[in-house]
Amino acid sequence: MAGERKRGEIAAVLLFLGPSTLGILIFYIVPFIWMIFYSFFDSPINGKFAGFGNYVELINSGAYRQAVVNTITFTGISVPLIIVLSLILSLLLNERMHFRQELRTSFIVPLVVPVASVILFFELLFDTRGIINGMLSIVDIAPVDWMNSSWAMAVVIIIYIWKNIGYNIVLFLAGLQGIPKEYYEAASLDGAGKVAMFTHITLIYLMPTIFFTIIISIINSFKVFREVYLLAGDYPYQGIYMLQHYMNNMFRRLNYHKLVTAAILMAVFIYIMIFVLFRIQKRINNAIGE
Amino acid sequence: MNRIQGTLPNALLIVLAFFMILPLLMSATNSFMSDGELGENYDSRDAEQQTEEVKKGFNSMKLIPDSFTLKQYYQVLIAKHKFLRMFWNSVFIVLPIVAGQVIISSMAAFAFAKLRFRGRDTLFFIYIVLMLMPFQVTLVPNYLTLDRLGLIDSYLSLVFPGVFSAFGVFLLRQFMMFIPNECIEAAKVDGCSLVHIFFKIILPMSKGGIASLAILSFIDNWNMVEQPLIFLKDANKYPLSIYLSRVNGGELGIAFAAGIIYMLPMLFMFLYGENYLVEGISHSAIKR
Repeated sequence: MAGERKRGEIAAVLLFLGPSTLGILIFYIVPFIWMIFYSFFDSPINGKFAGFGNYVELINSGAYRQAVVNTITFTGISVPLIIVLSLILSLLLNERMHFRQELRTSFIVPLVVPVASVILFFELLFDTRGIINGMLSIVDIAPVDWMNSSWAMAVVIIIYIWKNIGYNIVLFLAGLQGIPKEYYEAASLDGAGKVAMFTHITLIYLMPTIFFTIIISIINSFKVFREVYLLAGDYPYQGIYMLQHYMNNMFRRLNYHKLVTAAILMAVFIYIMIFVLFRIQKRINNAIGE
Repeated sequence: MNRIQGTLPNALLIVLAFFMILPLLMSATNSFMSDGELGENYDSRDAEQQTEEVKKGFNSMKLIPDSFTLKQYYQVLIAKHKFLRMFWNSVFIVLPIVAGQVIISSMAAFAFAKLRFRGRDTLFFIYIVLMLMPFQVTLVPNYLTLDRLGLIDSYLSLVFPGVFSAFGVFLLRQFMMFIPNECIEAAKVDGCSLVHIFFKIILPMSKGGIASLAILSFIDNWNMVEQPLIFLKDANKYPLSIYLSRVNGGELGIAFAAGIIYMLPMLFMFLYGENYLVEGISHSAIKR
């Protein structure tokens, strides 16, 4: 009887999980394992073992380096910025105020708007003869070539924040709602001020949410290629040439070695990053006893 | 004193919120302007062809049209076939992905949330890692398999990797974890099979989660740019997102109107399901 039931459970697992796991194996895992082998050989036909040769070659390539540096620069600036901004906005939105619901909605709306729909607005805004330069000319500031100077990175950061801040606000608001009101009441009875309550209650109990939001923001920051591509096409100003531009070029040239090696390096990097961040998150969770 | 403290951030938030929706607002109002009016506002866009005198001018931002016209929408919806074809391309790509993803993910999520089997946690960990991998990593294995299967340049090349998404499984599992185990145990005692339990208990109780996943997946895939650029060779098959980035300066009016029509399905869905969207995002947080 028990054995029969057990067999029934195994059949159920295969039935329900099978399609998904099979698909994931075929489209993600199996080719990825093949890629790992492939990355250590110098050509698919002769198959001579090359050790880390492909990796060295990739790292020595100028275009790849440029793309990596730009991507890291973008992530390094935009993620702290969006975290701080969205945290401040969420703390404000968590208070009672007029039009609270409408305000929250307007911060989330950019999330659902396809970038392609409003890209024209941003083009007109940041054109050399665009709206912003027009406003600057009123106060006698010379026009800036936004998309073809080091300002291009700033433009991309603005669009990234505009697009993604809603996601973080939703996460933070949910996190803030999860902090029991009694903590604040008890602290206020002990005579704690607003600042003390923020640093000793809000910030501490929000830490798990903050960490998850950092991870999601980093992951989303790698998707910014979409905005850059729609704005500046295949060959943007070199200051905003991102990793995905490089990958697209390698796809077009069918340079499998560079593609495979670059994808594996990035996968290793992301894996280490999330491993470390989740470890820290776990420590914090244990420390605050959740 | 407290009143003033509350009013200042409130006013600041209202100003910020206005800037958040300004891109939508301006695209919407500009889509009702005639070519002539748009030409006057943005005549400096093709600067090379302009005389020195005009070159000095800047684009001006205008929110309210002088004269209201539906001509751009007529152009987009009736006169030009290209736009509508691209629109349907997007629909044909996105609908199968969302439908397939919901079916496959809800089944797998049930297994992860409510069935016990060896290796479950390890397998789920792999799903999480996969979910966090960016396109720069996942597009390469996708491409290798699609190429081997001869699917490159067909819509299936976009549909398959989308259907088998780790995110869908993860999100629905988060929702299904909240279904009490007692419900399932009670049904088992009554002699219900697991298939029966899935259809009669799990699915009805996961309606909110399924709606959340459908909305999030719709938004994500409607906005798709990376995959079609790599997996499709024939530009006629491109979804609207890529087409819209290639409209040139001479077609400003059409581009505004096309952009608005393109975002309308998303906006309707948002108005109808904002709470599902918020629920979905909140549940996507990995807390453990």
